[in-house]
Amino acid sequence: MKNSNNAPRSNFLSNISKTTRSNFITYGIIIVVYVIMQILVNAGAVSNLIRGQLIPICVFATMAVSLNLCVGILGELSLGHAGFMSVGAFTGAVAIACMESAIPSPILRLILGMLIGAVFAAIAGVIIGIPVLKLNGDYLAIVTLAFGEIIRSIFTNVYVGLDSAGLHFSILNRIKAAEDGKMIINGAIGLTGIKPIATFFMAALLLLVTLIIVFNLINSKTGRAVMALRDNQIAAQSIGISIPKFKLMAFVISAAIAGAAGTMFAENYSTMLATKFDFNTSILILVFVVLGGLGNIRGSIIAAAVLTLLPELLRSVKDYRMLAYAIILIVVMIFKNSPSIQAKMALMRSKKTARKKTKKASIGKEA
Amino acid sequence: MKKVIATLLAAVLAVTCLTACGNGGSKSSAIKIGGQGPLTGNAAIYGLACQRAAQIAVDEINEKAGKTVFELKYEDDQHDVSVAANAYNALTDWGMQIYLGCVTSGPCLVTAPMAANDNIFFLTPSGSTADIVKAGSNVYQMCFADPNQGSASAEYIKKKELGSKIAVIYQSDIDYSMGIYDTFISKAAELGLDVVSESSFVTDAVDFSVQIAAAKDAGADVLYLPIYYQEASLILAQCKNVDYAPVVFGVDGMDGILTLEGFDTSLAEDVMLLTPFSADASDEKTQNFVKKYNELYNETPNQFAADTYDCVYAIYQAVQEGKLDASMSASEMCDKLVEQFNTMTFDGITGTGMSWSEDGYVTKDPKGMIIKDGVYVGLD
Repeated sequence: MKNSNNAPRSNFLSNISKTTRSNFITYGIIIVVYVIMQILVNAGAVSNLIRGQLIPICVFATMAVSLNLCVGILGELSLGHAGFMSVGAFTGAVAIACMESAIPSPILRLILGMLIGAVFAAIAGVIIGIPVLKLNGDYLAIVTLAFGEIIRSIFTNVYVGLDSAGLHFSILNRIKAAEDGKMIINGAIGLTGIKPIATFFMAALLLLVTLIIVFNLINSKTGRAVMALRDNQIAAQSIGISIPKFKLMAFVISAAIAGAAGTMFAENYSTMLATKFDFNTSILILVFVVLGGLGNIRGSIIAAAVLTLLPELLRSVKDYRMLAYAIILIVVMIFKNSPSIQAKMALMRSKKTARKKTKKASIGKEA
Repeated sequence: MKKVIATLLAAVLAVTCLTACGNGGSKSSAIKIGGQGPLTGNAAIYGLACQRAAQIAVDEINEKAGKTVFELKYEDDQHDVSVAANAYNALTDWGMQIYLGCVTSGPCLVTAPMAANDNIFFLTPSGSTADIVKAGSNVYQMCFADPNQGSASAEYIKKKELGSKIAVIYQSDIDYSMGIYDTFISKAAELGLDVVSESSFVTDAVDFSVQIAAAKDAGADVLYLPIYYQEASLILAQCKNVDYAPVVFGVDGMDGILTLEGFDTSLAEDVMLLTPFSADASDEKTQNFVKKYNELYNETPNQFAADTYDCVYAIYQAVQEGKLDASMSASEMCDKLVEQFNTMTFDGITGTGMSWSEDGYVTKDPKGMIIKDGVYVGLD
């Protein structure tokens, strides 16, 4: 949980520049990987399977950053992040469908759709955040878990149709759009008739913008207040940091980012089901964060990319792929959390880098 | 940390390039048929049935022809919309020329537009949502579209005068059940059938006493169940517990109830269902298929398997009549197959004289079946 951001104040100046440098390295990685992949795609050197994964990777990397803000920076365990993604997916997709005739540019429609998705997810974040952030630890995890399930149930029963008379909306009662219109959300069938407008460029841009927002938030006064709350709530309170304000702020920003990512995700497929955003998806995103490192934004992006790609690359081993995936996951987790392995790795690095490593690793080294 | 990142990125890129190198592949003399379905997970029973049946059909065709006419590859989509897109992409990387579509409806809705876009011929054995074929002119269904089942059921009940008061119990959170329910209700109103009770349940429900009581209290003498057999088996058992014995009428989702583990088949006595396939049919084709399936997998094939078996043979017929060969591109094949499917008639194990409309819907007669002594018996 400790990274360079909460190093002692004494080397404040050098720390800032180091953080900024680290942040720019992360931006650089994203841009370089994007450019390389784009060149490879244009050259036709990438298989369809990989090409189809580019947008989901960006979306899940964005989700991982969003959840890392909540779990790693704010220090509150959320098990319902897919719920926010779902809110963003459904509201954003409806908005995009409504704007289809008014705004011909798909890029502009996508941006507006993501903004609307983000706003609705943020509203959901406020609604759930106010009561929930009074809770701590396990209780918070359980309530967010329930939130995700509620969202899933709601969107399984929502009907939205669009025809010449306007937008029709109903919960539980099945409605049908008139002959000249179409259903956008059709209950259990989910979002239907989406014309996918997500592009790799937009998805990479979403990830980059998310990173800029999150990095700047972390390095701002607000971010430091949020991290102070995470590290010692009583100490933070004693110096006048408002718990509800900062907790809610970080939580809602996290939710809004998840909403935008949800819209992007839905716009990548021609249909989307509410059941896709279930408990399993929430856990998957949490796995990205844990594997990448709590509070380690760059790590969680890499974890998201690798773990999204991995099951597909394992297709060649057929039925054993789920098994192989699980084994790789377990091995990596053990490897990552084993103090002895970390100590060995720390030894290999210079002393300076070693000091930045986790507490456990440095203890292991001294011992 | 940097080293780790560098290594990871290098690894990812290396793997990416490796995968890319596998692209293209050599031209073989066999036509590559790709299919996908849930081979793992909750719905695996359907995906595996289709995969097995398709393999049986392909092996038969290759054996009869004395050469490799078709090459078959199935990919797992876990009944998940985003994995479905990946599975489709994996198949196109392999060089798929004809596409057997997805087994389940949700994934079909994702890959049908992709296949329409790439102009690869799409024939789903069992994706039954009506919206699937709207994706493009090259998208066809082998099974009935859900709405057709609903209206066919209503017509059947009317024609056979099975009862005067009808109760419906449906599952409100799956499109399969909702699609049938919707058209059944509208067709029933059109035909003047009296629907006295409509009640619903959601996935994982185990107690149906409320729904059954509602039907019983309304005095319904026909119980229409447009649902899958797992829930239907529970409803049948619970009906018996309250001494309620209406005429039970199911659709193709009811198929499989007799092979359900631990189910007392006497409960299903006199249950009627509308299904295009019966494993007990006496014609040679069906018997041959059922025997082979039984030998290889030690179980009776269900309707999903039968539909897939027919898919492969229908494609084979079109391939022969359209004089397709493996050197053609997927898109050329697609145009020829569309031409064939719009005009040909096909005799299979799920119906005879099948034809397809240009919209992609199949026309075949649903067979009314009644369960007598644990086996299906034709009603007509």
